[in-house]
Amino acid sequence: MRAVITVIGEDRVGIISGVSTILSRANVNILDITQTTLQELFTMIMLVDISKSSISFEQLSVDLAAKGDELGLNIRIQHENIFKSMHEI
Amino acid sequence: MINSRKIFETINMISSENLDIRTITMGLSLRDCMHPDIDELSHRVYDKVTRKACDLVKTGQDIEREYGIPIINKRISVTPVSLIAESSRGSAVKIARALEKAAVELGVDYIGGYSALVHKGYTEGDRRLIESIPQVLGETSHVCASVNVASTKAGINMDAVSHMGAIIKQAARLTAKDNGIACTKLVVFANAPEDNPFMAGAFHGVGEPECVINVGVSGPGVVHSALKKLEPGADFSQIAETIKKTAFKITRMGQMVAAEASKRLNVPFGVVDISLAPTPSIGDSVAFILEEMGLEKCGTHGTTAALALLNDAVKKGGVMASSHVGGLSGAFIPVTEDAGMVEAVRCGALSLDKLEAMTCVCSVGLDMIPVPGDTPEHTIAAIIADEAAVGVTNNKTTAVRIIPVYGKKEGETVSFGGLLGGGIIMPVNKFSSRVFVNRGGRIPAPVHSLRN
Repeated sequence: MRAVITVIGEDRVGIISGVSTILSRANVNILDITQTTLQELFTMIMLVDISKSSISFEQLSVDLAAKGDELGLNIRIQHENIFKSMHEI
Repeated sequence: MINSRKIFETINMISSENLDIRTITMGLSLRDCMHPDIDELSHRVYDKVTRKACDLVKTGQDIEREYGIPIINKRISVTPVSLIAESSRGSAVKIARALEKAAVELGVDYIGGYSALVHKGYTEGDRRLIESIPQVLGETSHVCASVNVASTKAGINMDAVSHMGAIIKQAARLTAKDNGIACTKLVVFANAPEDNPFMAGAFHGVGEPECVINVGVSGPGVVHSALKKLEPGADFSQIAETIKKTAFKITRMGQMVAAEASKRLNVPFGVVDISLAPTPSIGDSVAFILEEMGLEKCGTHGTTAALALLNDAVKKGGVMASSHVGGLSGAFIPVTEDAGMVEAVRCGALSLDKLEAMTCVCSVGLDMIPVPGDTPEHTIAAIIADEAAVGVTNNKTTAVRIIPVYGKKEGETVSFGGLLGGGIIMPVNKFSSRVFVNRGGRIPAPVHSLRN
């Protein structure tokens, strides 16, 4: 199963490291990563493979959101099919 | 990977524009629960509902979490209870209590199907069930009732229409201290659909399978935002095109959630209901969409045309996005549940008569309309008759969900809470319809019902 992690907020040191530490600890592989600045906001999108994740989706979601709170960012993880279903026929 | 603009478009729809899945509704047949002993029948109903739907709420929550899309309600619709209650001489109220108990235990938001289909006439069971509706809605909080009083094929059962005028008043009286809340859970239909996932009118029709998953989408806020982004002078072709594209995206999400829920619950997928369902929160209003098209206030001249365009474009966009579309599928105009409609009533732009006209071109009908508590029952019946005529003649579903609020007069405010919202008590026509309503009998089916 693949999921999309999105990070939105003010740019600062340690965002990628913070997120990827959680992912590596959970054995989640990063497949693709892009980052850009959108209307003065830092945005990062990661495509990850969670099929071998050592923790539940729920726990991963909670851990990422907590890291977001710590860094003052909005971090969410969603199954990639929500985007595929809406934007691809 | 999907491009980032599209990813953020989806996230923005959910986080800022109130995009949600309004409901996952499990339709469930209770036909195999029939039994001459009402206690045994009720026990079977409770047992079957709790067994079949035991994972419904959890599955909804799991999908919500994994996909990051809010799923507001998890609901159950059942076989019209009049059909199963008829197998016993006992009181159908016991079945309603079993449904209520099951709903509470499962944690679902509503359970619909305390219903009777009497468009051509009553059976003894239909009559007993309808008589018990006020008591049931008064003493339960999750059970929803509906009565189909007309169809294009059968015409309008005016005896039932008149009866429902009295039932609505009785339900309002029984729950007068809660502003007649029972009436928010009671829908009077013409051409009721058998697979509608929306409450209060959901029931699991006789042509439906054993168990099925139907999903209702929402999204007025998303459509409104899309229209706001258009150039100020955009013409109606551009407006229609924008609504179509937006409805397509919304419905794709509904289809995905429906397919996922169906797979996880191991229950066949039924339909996606492509309705624009507003909520009282600001920015989730159908009225604001109409106003965005250039109307100063919803309800002024041009509103019916604007709504016709909206309704049609939603269907055109939605129908290609889902493998099976059904239920009510169109724009909803529940007055108290729509912040823009409430404001339009408050400032005098929107009247009951205009709402009736609007129901000719959208789903469903006169929905969530608080009226003075002293409105005579024959006036309410006549309002139902008018609305049924619109449905029967136009071969579409129409419905009436009207709430006489005891102790309140036109212009006063009322609140029902939660998604039901609140608003201003609307005036009704002061002239009597008593003689008309009391004639009884059936208004014959229109000639265009003869299509064979």
